[in-house]
Amino acid sequence: MAAASNGAAIRPGQLTPRERELRSAFLAEVDRIPGGDRLRRCIQCGTCSGTCPVSYAMDLQPRELVAHFRAGSLDTILRSQTIWLCASCYSCTVRCPAGIKVTDLIYALKRMALEGRVKNDRRPTAVLAKAFVRTVHDRGRNDEMRLLLRYCLRVSPWRLLGMIPLGWRLFRAGRLPWSTGRVRGLKGLRRLMAKAEAMDAVVPREPVQAMGTIGYGVVAERPVAAAGGTGS
Amino acid sequence: MKFSYYPGCSLHGACRPYDRSLKQVMAALGHELVEVEDWNCCGATVYMSVRETVALSISARNLSLAQSMGHTLMAPCSACYTTLLKTQRYLREVPRLRRDVSEALAEAGLPDDVAVRVRHPLDVIMNEIGLDAVARRVRRRLDGLRVAPYYGCMIVRPEQPFDDRDWPTSMDNLFNGLGAECVYFPDRVRCCGGMLTTTHPEVGEELATNILDCAERNGAEVIVTTCPLCHINLESRPRRAKGARGGTGGGPIPILFFTQLLGIALGIAPEDLDLHRGLTPLGRRLGALAGVGT
Repeated sequence: MAAASNGAAIRPGQLTPRERELRSAFLAEVDRIPGGDRLRRCIQCGTCSGTCPVSYAMDLQPRELVAHFRAGSLDTILRSQTIWLCASCYSCTVRCPAGIKVTDLIYALKRMALEGRVKNDRRPTAVLAKAFVRTVHDRGRNDEMRLLLRYCLRVSPWRLLGMIPLGWRLFRAGRLPWSTGRVRGLKGLRRLMAKAEAMDAVVPREPVQAMGTIGYGVVAERPVAAAGGTGS
Repeated sequence: MKFSYYPGCSLHGACRPYDRSLKQVMAALGHELVEVEDWNCCGATVYMSVRETVALSISARNLSLAQSMGHTLMAPCSACYTTLLKTQRYLREVPRLRRDVSEALAEAGLPDDVAVRVRHPLDVIMNEIGLDAVARRVRRRLDGLRVAPYYGCMIVRPEQPFDDRDWPTSMDNLFNGLGAECVYFPDRVRCCGGMLTTTHPEVGEELATNILDCAERNGAEVIVTTCPLCHINLESRPRRAKGARGGTGGGPIPILFFTQLLGIALGIAPEDLDLHRGLTPLGRRLGALAGVGT
C-alpha cells in the first residue's frame, strides 16, 4: 500500500529503501525481546484479534500486523491506529498458540513510531507517552495532575474542561494531591536515565541473524535496485 | 513478618485509599510494611513504549533499592507489579540488556542485584498468611454480600505468578471464606480500558462500562479491585439512571479496593479504610456492614 507508492521501479518481492530500513530497525528491536523470534511461527490463526478487547475499534487487526510485516509493509503498520489503541492487557500474548509476544512487539512498534519515523505528534497515546516521560524526568515520580495537565494542553485544552468534573470529585474526596512526592536522589536517577538513553540510541542496525527468513526475511544490506526477488 | 513496600505513584495520588487500607489490613494481620527508601516511578506500561532500556533501568532502580533492604517486596499496584516482574524476566533472559542496565545502575551508584522476590498483597494474603489465619481475625462476617471480584489484566498477565490467567479465584476464595457470596463474573480479567479512557475515551469508556454491566447483570452489590487504574476507570463512569437495581438500593454499584472490603471484615474503622473517599456511594448494605453513618 503506502510502501508501494513511493518507489517507481520497485518490483514485487523487493523492498523499498525505506522499508528495508524499517525492517532492520524492527528486527533489531525484536532481537531484544525475550522470545521475540517466535514471531516467525505465526500461523495467522487470528486468536490475537479474537481475544483483543479493543480489536473492534482497530483499523488493522492484531493478526494483520504480522501479515503486513511479512508482506513488507511496516510503514502501513506504523501509520495505523492499532498500535496506539493497544491497552497492554496482554490477552493476545498469553493466548497465542505460537507463543508470540504480541504486546511486546506492539511496544517495539510504538517505540519505532515515536522515534519520528512517522508523523504522530497529535496521536493522543503518543502525546500521553511523552507527557509521562517528561513528568518522570522532572520529578522521578508521576502524578495524575501534572500528567493530565501536560497531556491536555498538548492535545487540546478543551479536553481539560471535560476532565474537570472527575477532577473535582477526586479533589473533594481528598484524592487529588498537588504532588506524589519527588525523588530525593533525582540527580542519580537522571544520570541513570541518561546512561540508559544513550544505550537505546545505539541499537545496532545490522541484519539480525536469529530471525532467519520471514516473508521478505533477509534484510538486504546492499541496494537491491538490480536484484530480483528477495522473497522466498 | 516484615515486607518492603513499593506503593507506586498512584497510591500516593488518587488511590490513597488503597495505600491506607492495605497498611491497615497488613497491620491487623500482624505484618509490617517498610516503604522502599526514595523509590521512583516504575515506568508503568507507558515508558516501555518510548525507551526500552530506560524503562527497564528505572524499574531496576526500585528492585535494587528493595533488594538491599533484604525483605520480600510487596507491590500492590498491578502495573508496578507486572513491570517489576517483567523487568526481572528481561534482565534474566537478555544478557545484553542486563549488561546495559547494570551500567545504568552503576551511574546512580546502585548494585545490579535485582533478584528481590516481588509479590502482590493478594498473593501474600492467600498464599503466605493463608485464609485460615485471616478468617480467625474476622470481626464482621460478610454474610451473603454479593461480591464481583475484578482482577483486571496485570496481576495475572503476562506472567502467571500466583493465579490462573483466565479465571483467577484468589479473591473469590478470600471473600467466600469470609462469608460473602462471589457472583458469577466472567469479566473478571477483561481489560478496563487502561489509559484509553484518557486517550481514546470512546473506546476506553465502553470497556469500563462493559465490566460494570457484567457485574450488575449478575446481581453484584459491590465490585472489588486490585489495581488503581481499574479502580478509577470503574469509579468514574457515570451510571445511567435506571431506578431500582438488584440489591444495590438503586444507586450505582460501589467500587472498593479488595483491601477495603477485607478491612471491613477485619473490623477496621471505616475512616482508617478511607471509605469516605470513594467516588461511588457505599449504599445501605455496605454502609451498615462497615458501620458508617449509623
